[in-house]
Amino acid sequence: MSDAFSLSFNALGQLAVRLADGSLHEEAVVVRAFPIAEPDLSISILSAEGKELIWIDDLAAVSDVDRQVIERALQMREFMPEILRLDGVNSFSTPSTWRVQTNRGPTEFVLKGEEDIKRLSINTLIVADAHGVQFLIRDLPALDRHTRKLLDRFL
Amino acid sequence: MNASLSANANFMLPFEWKASASAQLSPQENVLAWLEVDLDVQLQFAKGLLIVTEQRILSANTCASGFEWQSWTLQSGWVMDHFDYAGVGTLSLRSSSEQIAVWRFTLNHNVLAMRLQEAFAARLEVITHGRALQSSLTARCPQCKLPLEVEGDECPVCNREQHAPLSTWGLFRLWRFAHPYRWQLLAGFLLTLASTAATLVPPYLTMPLMDDVLIPFQNGQDIDHDLVALYLGGLFAAAALAWILGWAKTYILALVSERIGADLRTTAYEHLMRLSLEYFGGRRTGDLMNRIGAETDRINVFLSVHLLDFATDILMILMTAVILLSIDIRLAAATLLPLPFIIWLIHVVRDKLRTGFEKIDRVWSELTNVLSDTIPGIRVVKAFAQERREANRFRDANKHNMAVNDRINFVWSLFSPTVTLMTEIGLLVVWGFGIWLVSHHQITVGVLTAFLAYIGRFYTRLDSMSRIVSQTQKAAAGAKRIFEILDHVSSVPEATHPQKLPTPLEGRIDIQDVGFRYGNRAVIRGLNLAIQPGEMIGLVGQSGSGKSTLVNLICRFYDISEGAIKVDGIDIRNIAMSDFRSHIGLVLQEPYLFFGTIADNIAYGKPNASRQDIVAAARAAHAHEFILRLPQGYDSLVGERGQGLSGGERQRVSIARALLINPRILILDEATASVDTETEQEIQKALDNLVQGRTTIAIAHRLSTLHKADRLVVLEQGELVEEGDHDTLMAKQGAYWRLYEAQAKNAEADRVKLGEVSRKEDIV
Repeated sequence: MSDAFSLSFNALGQLAVRLADGSLHEEAVVVRAFPIAEPDLSISILSAEGKELIWIDDLAAVSDVDRQVIERALQMREFMPEILRLDGVNSFSTPSTWRVQTNRGPTEFVLKGEEDIKRLSINTLIVADAHGVQFLIRDLPALDRHTRKLLDRFL
Repeated sequence: MNASLSANANFMLPFEWKASASAQLSPQENVLAWLEVDLDVQLQFAKGLLIVTEQRILSANTCASGFEWQSWTLQSGWVMDHFDYAGVGTLSLRSSSEQIAVWRFTLNHNVLAMRLQEAFAARLEVITHGRALQSSLTARCPQCKLPLEVEGDECPVCNREQHAPLSTWGLFRLWRFAHPYRWQLLAGFLLTLASTAATLVPPYLTMPLMDDVLIPFQNGQDIDHDLVALYLGGLFAAAALAWILGWAKTYILALVSERIGADLRTTAYEHLMRLSLEYFGGRRTGDLMNRIGAETDRINVFLSVHLLDFATDILMILMTAVILLSIDIRLAAATLLPLPFIIWLIHVVRDKLRTGFEKIDRVWSELTNVLSDTIPGIRVVKAFAQERREANRFRDANKHNMAVNDRINFVWSLFSPTVTLMTEIGLLVVWGFGIWLVSHHQITVGVLTAFLAYIGRFYTRLDSMSRIVSQTQKAAAGAKRIFEILDHVSSVPEATHPQKLPTPLEGRIDIQDVGFRYGNRAVIRGLNLAIQPGEMIGLVGQSGSGKSTLVNLICRFYDISEGAIKVDGIDIRNIAMSDFRSHIGLVLQEPYLFFGTIADNIAYGKPNASRQDIVAAARAAHAHEFILRLPQGYDSLVGERGQGLSGGERQRVSIARALLINPRILILDEATASVDTETEQEIQKALDNLVQGRTTIAIAHRLSTLHKADRLVVLEQGELVEEGDHDTLMAKQGAYWRLYEAQAKNAEADRVKLGEVSRKEDIV
């Protein structure tokens, strides 16, 4: 497979995009259009000025080389740890410190108020901590009993 | 000396790093700054350490075998960049040609990271040029750059965010509101005591009635009519007394609780009004309305009805217990046997119920949120024919509400009959044990009757107490949510020692190094702008470039995250809010009119304005004539439920409103964006009156409306990219030129289309 563009990292660690017309764009960023609903579909690459350079409907249709670059760029940029387990909270009234296991390792954060827990759909929640990091709870019923019981006190 | 300094700096390192770090550092090496990072390069949570010394940068990662150290010797030309995105901060070290290393961390380490970046930059300056940069003399907060009195002081702006966890004894905190009424409360309590005592007299009198009248009669003696009259009289007197006292206590306590509830409501609302826009931005109207309205009322009912009942119950139980014990200890012991068990039951159920009721409250807010979401947006709902979808949304929320209620009702409904069962069993025990005692001549029949009469009351009380559990928990949940509002410290706090603005105010505005972060997005970055008194600035830029945000910051609807905004040289954070805002006139794109007369709306910012002033302001705003055409003139009711005004008319009323307070600083946020061209000209005339002699900041999408501006400032993605007057900027062919060209092209295209249409009409 060959793409109408080629991607690479330059010496400064920035993403560089060469388009079919030969133009080179450095400091480009990769973003997912639907990071929660459909993370692997609809990916866009923007220039440093925020103009869209490339739109990718499906990551699977991109050549392996470019896909690896895209994945690496995404990994370095996007940060929405998914909560896998809630180990404990220090208080049921906010502000409350949560100790959690996430897909990016264990951590703890401060929940400022109940309104920082936002429901995207019935089973998907986003929890924003006091510093603006957003934690995702992708599928509430799939979590273990202990976690659901603790979460229930805040929902 | 170096060694001791180094020891000092090492001492500040976090404990788990100290030993490992000391091993890495040479004895003469000074730690200038350090940062504990909590993410690795792949953004996994992992602890790491970054140290800047005089010669080197050291960095450690945690790995399986402990710590892994890396170090780089500082070289001239190196740069350390700091930026953040989506809650993650990044420090990247690079030379002029390549990236050397990257460190990532969540924003709670941001302050230290910026300090480290500064330390690095300062040190590199020494290495490159052999001497330090002229360091600024005033101490500044590393995060927001607010000047501090003493270096190392806690910054008053940045440190207010820290918060202590709430106490769960929410209801006791209501004492703050009960305190002013303590004497009435004491009187109420004494009355409660007396009336409870009075209700306990009748069962006591059954004892002699039984033993001295009825049983002797059964044994063949005559009835002593005087004695009967005496006892019956006593019974009646006790009942009457209990009635009077009961009425008095209920009345007094209801009166007090109504006042407490009212105070609570007003205080909560007053506090709410003082909170920053940020607070309102993060919350939903329905939820807030619910908290202030329904939940204060629930607390109120709890205080006036249930708390009173509860106090009476406790008193009654205590007094009854004392009386029972004084009559016969053994029987009393049997009677009181189930009590500990019931108390335990209440305790167990209480926790379950409280969390349940908190949940119900939240679900209830969700329900009101659906309402407050759709009712104001009803035009959109109807336009897209989504009535059914919204109805479904409401039904779902309602279903959720029902499900939550169902769950708690299960516990709750089980609880009450269980208590009843306990009481029945208790009665059974007393009957059995009492009969046994009577048969052994240990007690008289009268004593048993009195006991039965007492415990009848006793257990009903226990039962009603158990009911109160739920009410208490509901009120506690309500109190918690009210205090959540009351405890919320405004993110735009009043200055503790406000400086007075000079009168008359000149109106000079200095924006220095301003940065602003909304949630985890940096909206404004490193913005510097000095606005002279009386100057008119046009803010230009694509939507989302931070124009409105900047204006919000100047009005201090939000507080900046970094830098300072000064008016006449005084930091706006050090000015009393009302003092500051009284000098600001704001005209918004969507003017908001409150329900009331037009005159009231014009005089909103200056309620004591004379009628002449109001009319003068309306004239200057070109609103006078259309107001006179309304049937009730200046007394016409406008706003929600009032007379409908067109967009342009509303805008002119709001301009009159801004004119009336005669502000030194004027802010026009897309004031003419939502009206047609003809009205716009009318409004433009009104605005020209308004702008004269005032420091003005105008945002306009249509660049042509800014022709009067002394200076245009172009923003792009939160940064100032260009400033100057129209001609300079056009000559530069930069960002402004692009915006202008794009609009000119559009206008041209419109003209061509219009021309075609009119030509066609000519042919027809």
